[in-house]
Amino acid sequence: MATQAQNSPAGIQPRSKTEKTLDQAFVWLTRILALAVAGVLIYVAVVVGIRAMPAIAKYGLGFLFSSAWNPVNETYGALPMIYGTIVSAALALLFAIPLGVGTAVFLSENFLPLSVRTPLIFMVELLAAIPSVVYGLWGIFVLIPFLLPIGGWLHTNFGWLPIFNTPLRGPGMLPAAIILTIMILPIITAISRDSLGSLPPDLRQASLGLGATRWETLFRVLIPAAFSGIVGGIMLALGRAMGETMAVTMIIGNANNLNISLLAPANTIASLLANQFAEASGLQVAALMYAGLVLFLITLIVNVLAELIVRQVKKF
Amino acid sequence: MSTSAQDQHSFGSPASGMTRSYTSPRTLFGIVMTLLAGACLIIALIPLFLVLFYVLTQGASRLNLDLFTKLPPPPGLKGGGVGNAIIGTLMTVGIGTLISLPFGVLAAVYLSEFSKGKTARWIRFATNVLAGVPSIIAGIFAYGIIVVTMGGFSAVAGGVALAVLMLPTIVRTTDEALQIVPQDIRWASVGVGASNYQTVLRIVLPAAIPAIITGVTLAIARAAGETAPLIFTALNSPFWPRGIWKPTPSLSVLIYNFASVPFEAQKELAWAASFLLVVLILLTSILARWATRKSVY
Repeated sequence: MATQAQNSPAGIQPRSKTEKTLDQAFVWLTRILALAVAGVLIYVAVVVGIRAMPAIAKYGLGFLFSSAWNPVNETYGALPMIYGTIVSAALALLFAIPLGVGTAVFLSENFLPLSVRTPLIFMVELLAAIPSVVYGLWGIFVLIPFLLPIGGWLHTNFGWLPIFNTPLRGPGMLPAAIILTIMILPIITAISRDSLGSLPPDLRQASLGLGATRWETLFRVLIPAAFSGIVGGIMLALGRAMGETMAVTMIIGNANNLNISLLAPANTIASLLANQFAEASGLQVAALMYAGLVLFLITLIVNVLAELIVRQVKKF
Repeated sequence: MSTSAQDQHSFGSPASGMTRSYTSPRTLFGIVMTLLAGACLIIALIPLFLVLFYVLTQGASRLNLDLFTKLPPPPGLKGGGVGNAIIGTLMTVGIGTLISLPFGVLAAVYLSEFSKGKTARWIRFATNVLAGVPSIIAGIFAYGIIVVTMGGFSAVAGGVALAVLMLPTIVRTTDEALQIVPQDIRWASVGVGASNYQTVLRIVLPAAIPAIITGVTLAIARAAGETAPLIFTALNSPFWPRGIWKPTPSLSVLIYNFASVPFEAQKELAWAASFLLVVLILLTSILARWATRKSVY
């Protein structure tokens, strides 16, 4: 009659104490690890901040506005790198926004049959998966030789413009910006396509029903409705462009001085770190950590804003 | 009735009103915009084809057994391979996976199974922000906690940096994979008397495993191509790896170093190493797409 006893409600054994503790321990383990994921973000900031302390104490905020980077005299200023980071990312956005949004529109509307669109979407996303260092290698041996005559033409014809007043000798801001464009394009395309694709179909049908053409619908209804999502994607791309390291390091020229010309070599914070960290010692490490902290804070702000914008969109 | 006739005239006859005039500005605008958008797609794909073309043609010509079994040649000499960098990459990526995989999967279990509301929202938010942290910052973080305290560059430091970069991807893909698992099987499991950890470990996780493996594979492939966090954590070495606490070579750092060397043999090895990385990433991307098509429930 043992089976019958087990089937009756009175026969259900209460869970043993060890089993309860085990269960609680498991939930707590996962909880602690989940909190630790968020903790990693804070820990990164703390570690970089502490290592940067000697430089912060010595140079203060002047570090951001001084353009001397001289490990021999121990004078450090990050202005050329901050300038380079912002200008290269801004130029990349300038090229990538029209290209990325255009591609997204072409891939989200019914311009092509689905069987053609799916592999094309996959290929654009593949652009994001190719390692940065491979883009750098390609940039050195293919992109720069290709850009040299174009740079020469820009310099001879538009040399009177300050942004083209030096000849392109190889590595420089313009090649770096083009590599960055290629690398952030998939992010803008993917997120713009998602936000266009997640709009309610009624919106499109209502507009078409009123007699609007496909492109009138896109410009007056769909793109405005998906605008915040597209802006969120652009912000994420901006964060990525500012933090991108290898491809830029390999083709920007790594010149630690300010030059307004886009054809001249320049530098970014990420490239500075990539170039100097392995051989740095003493105060130079602290100065590099300080530069890294600046980059971390800038990208953090951009990413948090992007995240908030994208999240706002998902509520619809 | 003149007004109604005029109305009809202004709208055109029904037949002509419904046909598209190819000379109307609205149609022309549409055609021009379509061409422009199509051009955007083509321009976006050109670099992809060019990169793949160069990597595959330049790299494939250097493909032989030596590539996998020999050390890189000293400057000026020919031949050699990238065997040490392949093993070094496996070591650093392996250490990164060992750290981030259990960490990420269990954290995602909490997010999708045990948390409710606000905490989970904040943790997901932090995960997404962590995904946007530049890889070089992960590098200086690992430098700060491992290289400085342990007194040297090592595969472990590189692995820690890679783990920071892999963590958000693993958390996100696992979280999504667990959320797709139908609620019914959790209720069924709890209904027959299973406890929380039994439900998660025996029922929910196995159901989500194909999707989790896909996400983890993508994270590993991505980490294998990372360079910035390795150049001052694992550093590099021209020799075979001699342990996890020693400077360790990797394919990506080798590409970076050999790209700027004036010797032909080294450049060839850089392209060959790129070939290995790109093929690895292509294969995992395609396999991942193929694997996610299947679902357990």
